[in-house]
Parts: sequence; C-alpha cells; structure tokens
Amino acid sequence: MIPAAFDYHRATSAEDAIAQLAEHGDEAKLMAGGHSLVPMMKLRLAVPTVVVDIGRVTELSYIREDGEQIAIGALTTHHMLENSDLLADQCPLLGAVAKVVGDPQVRHRGTLGGTLAHSDPASDLPAAVLALGGTLVAQGPNGTREIAASSFFTGYFESELADDEMLTEIRVPKCPNAGWNYQKFNRRAQDWAIVGVAAVVGDGITGVGLVNMGSVPVLATPVIDALADGASAADAASVAANETEAPADLNASPDYRRHLARVLTERALVASGVA
Amino acid sequence: MFVFRTGILGGRVDISVTVNGEPTSHDVEARRLLVHYLREDVGLTGTNIGCDTSSCGACTVHLNGESVKSCTLLAVQADGQDVTTIEGLAPSSDELHPMQEAFRQEHGLQCGYCTPGMVMAAVSLLDENAKPTELEVRQGLEGNLCRCTGYHNIVKAVLAASGQPVKD
Repeated sequence: MIPAAFDYHRATSAEDAIAQLAEHGDEAKLMAGGHSLVPMMKLRLAVPTVVVDIGRVTELSYIREDGEQIAIGALTTHHMLENSDLLADQCPLLGAVAKVVGDPQVRHRGTLGGTLAHSDPASDLPAAVLALGGTLVAQGPNGTREIAASSFFTGYFESELADDEMLTEIRVPKCPNAGWNYQKFNRRAQDWAIVGVAAVVGDGITGVGLVNMGSVPVLATPVIDALADGASAADAASVAANETEAPADLNASPDYRRHLARVLTERALVASGVA
Repeated sequence: MFVFRTGILGGRVDISVTVNGEPTSHDVEARRLLVHYLREDVGLTGTNIGCDTSSCGACTVHLNGESVKSCTLLAVQADGQDVTTIEGLAPSSDELHPMQEAFRQEHGLQCGYCTPGMVMAAVSLLDENAKPTELEVRQGLEGNLCRCTGYHNIVKAVLAASGQPVKD
C-alpha cells in the first residue's frame, strides 16, 4: 500500500512548521513520528497534499521538571517516556502507559504530542493525560496558549487545535505519592485497547480516563464525582459507563464495552489504593 | 527549509541514507516508503514486506540503532540517517552475527520469512536490555509475528545470544 502523492516539507523549528500550516491550511498535516499518520495515509484514510515533517525539531524532545509539574516536549517518544527516571519517580502512570503502546518499534518512533494531536479515542496515552489533569501547550502564529486536557478532545480524531496550531508541550502534575494503575484489555499483544482505564488517586488528584468508550478519550466524571463523595472502588466503578457512548466494532458490542469499563475501573481503582 | 520540488505526481526529494555503513543516494517520491527504498532503490531484499500495516514486523530495520518498521516510515524520514538492515549485521561474508548464529543453533526459524525482522528486533532488544528475562524477550518481540515456530525457539535463541542459559 502506498500513500497518495504529497509535497514534503521538513520543518526546522516549530515556527517554521506553523508558517507552513498557515500557508497550506487544512491541506497540510504535521508528521511527528508518523506512526499514526503514515498507516492512515497508506489506507488513503488521510490524503494530505502537504506533509510537514516535524520529526527533526529535536528541541521539542525533552522531559524536565517545571515547578510542581513535569514538562514534556511534544516530540518526546513513547520509548523516552517509558525509560524516564524522572517520570518513574514523579509521575509513574505516564511511563507505565507509554510502555504498553503498540510495540517497541512503534514506541521508538511514536510521540506523545503526536498521539494527543491525533486524538484517537482508542489510544492509551490520551486517557492517561486526561486522568492526570494534564495541560497541553499549543503554539500558533500569534504565540502559545494552554489547553486543559479535559477540553482538548472535541470529536473522533478531532481536537481543539486550529489548522495553524501545533502542540509543543504537555504538562502533567508531579504526583509521586499517588496511587495509579492502567488496565488495558485487548485480545492480542500490540493491539489497541478494546477498553482501557487509567486511574490516579492521591497527591491531590482524583482522575480516571477511559480508552475506546466513545468518540473521544473520556474523562470518567461520574466515577471521579463518586470518589469525591467517598464511594468505594466498587460503587464508583459501577457508574464508569455512565454518560459514555461506547462504540461497536468486530471486537466488542457497546454492552460488552460498558461491562469492561466497570470491571476494569474497579480493578484500576483497587490497584490505585481505593478501598 | 529542506529543498523540495512539486510536480503533477506530488513532491520528489533527493535523499541520502547511510545503509549498512555505505552511502546511498536517490531521487525518490516523497511518498516512497523506506522498505521500498531499501528493496528497490538500494537493492537490498533481505528486509521483507509482510503485512504492510505495521503489525507483523517482517520489515524491521534499525534507524540510528533503534528498531523501526520500515513499511511505516517514509524513505525521506531516513534522509541523512543511518539505517542497518539484516545484510549489514554480519561482521563478514563468512561469519554470522551472534544473533544470527543463535537463531541457527536454536532453530529459531522454520520458513524464514519473519527471520530478518525478528533478528533485527532481537538485536535492538538486547541493545536496550542486555540480559532480559524470558518474559522480557517475549514482550520485547511483541511487534514481530511468526506463524511457524510458536516462538519458543526464537525466545531460546535470543536468550542464548544474550549469553544466558537456555532451558530445553
């Protein structure tokens, strides 16, 4: 399978990439690692006429402390996340979720910014960033703005990013003493999750994110509210599928997905230390 | 800004890729996949195309020393970079790489189609984790499918190549 023809621009900086986006509008697509975009282009599900390769903008590849937060450059690979000592110490959920994305080859290329901007509801890391209450930094022609993860995902493969904006940084809170867990239910290694649940409880955070339970990565607000009211793990998990629109596909019916969401949420909460 | 040209079929690019230590240079379409570049432009057909959907790992090569699936990379993404294919692994024409030797000793293959990708993934795995457990080997090779062996002898081969004892 071969992608449709396109023009290729290799960006030398975020500013350069944004200038290309401004020039070409929605005809252009940013490519980071390319491991979501290239498969979609091969299937002709994505047919950009201009590909702006940001894979060499290496100044956006970092994981560093920033006050009470960890700041992660958008071009940081999953491989870097899973091997980061800083994340393992201060925000272990993110590294652990990165470790179960795809397979090692994919993790060598795939990036955190790429998977968030791609906004696939079946991806693992968006749910983790949602659970952590992360902040996304978008850069456009007129500067940068911060977007809460909870308002970033707007539709199936659609995000809050404007056509001429690029994700440059992701910030997650330090939470070294929080309980955390990620439950990924799939039939085979390297598959997308049929349903996934990311939980983080403690250090001032109560977050639960759901994978593949709707057209966007879902923040499980009913569960979070129940926990705030002192619910047990079992009681909080019983509302995990509320307000979701679970999709149907070859792997699972909506009913089955709702069941999985409740079971996996309970497991994730118990593993995170909720009684 | 990288130089590019547009045409009726879309952009073409001049790329230079170091493949197995040798400089290669071709004028390719921007949409050229790395695996096609290696097989058809450079003429190294050891890298196989299996599923063509980044699932099976038969096309695994090293980009700057890390395993990647060459069916999911554009050749232009490797421009100016170092690529190693299965042909570049052995130290000489009459000597196998230790991983290749281990696959041979432990009979880690049957039809052989997945083997180049499996060996490249295994070498990358040991580069990152010199003494993996059996479970780590199995997890580390999750991106590579073999439909013949049932994986047991492949796992033995990787453990043997890491210098660890292999249980029969």
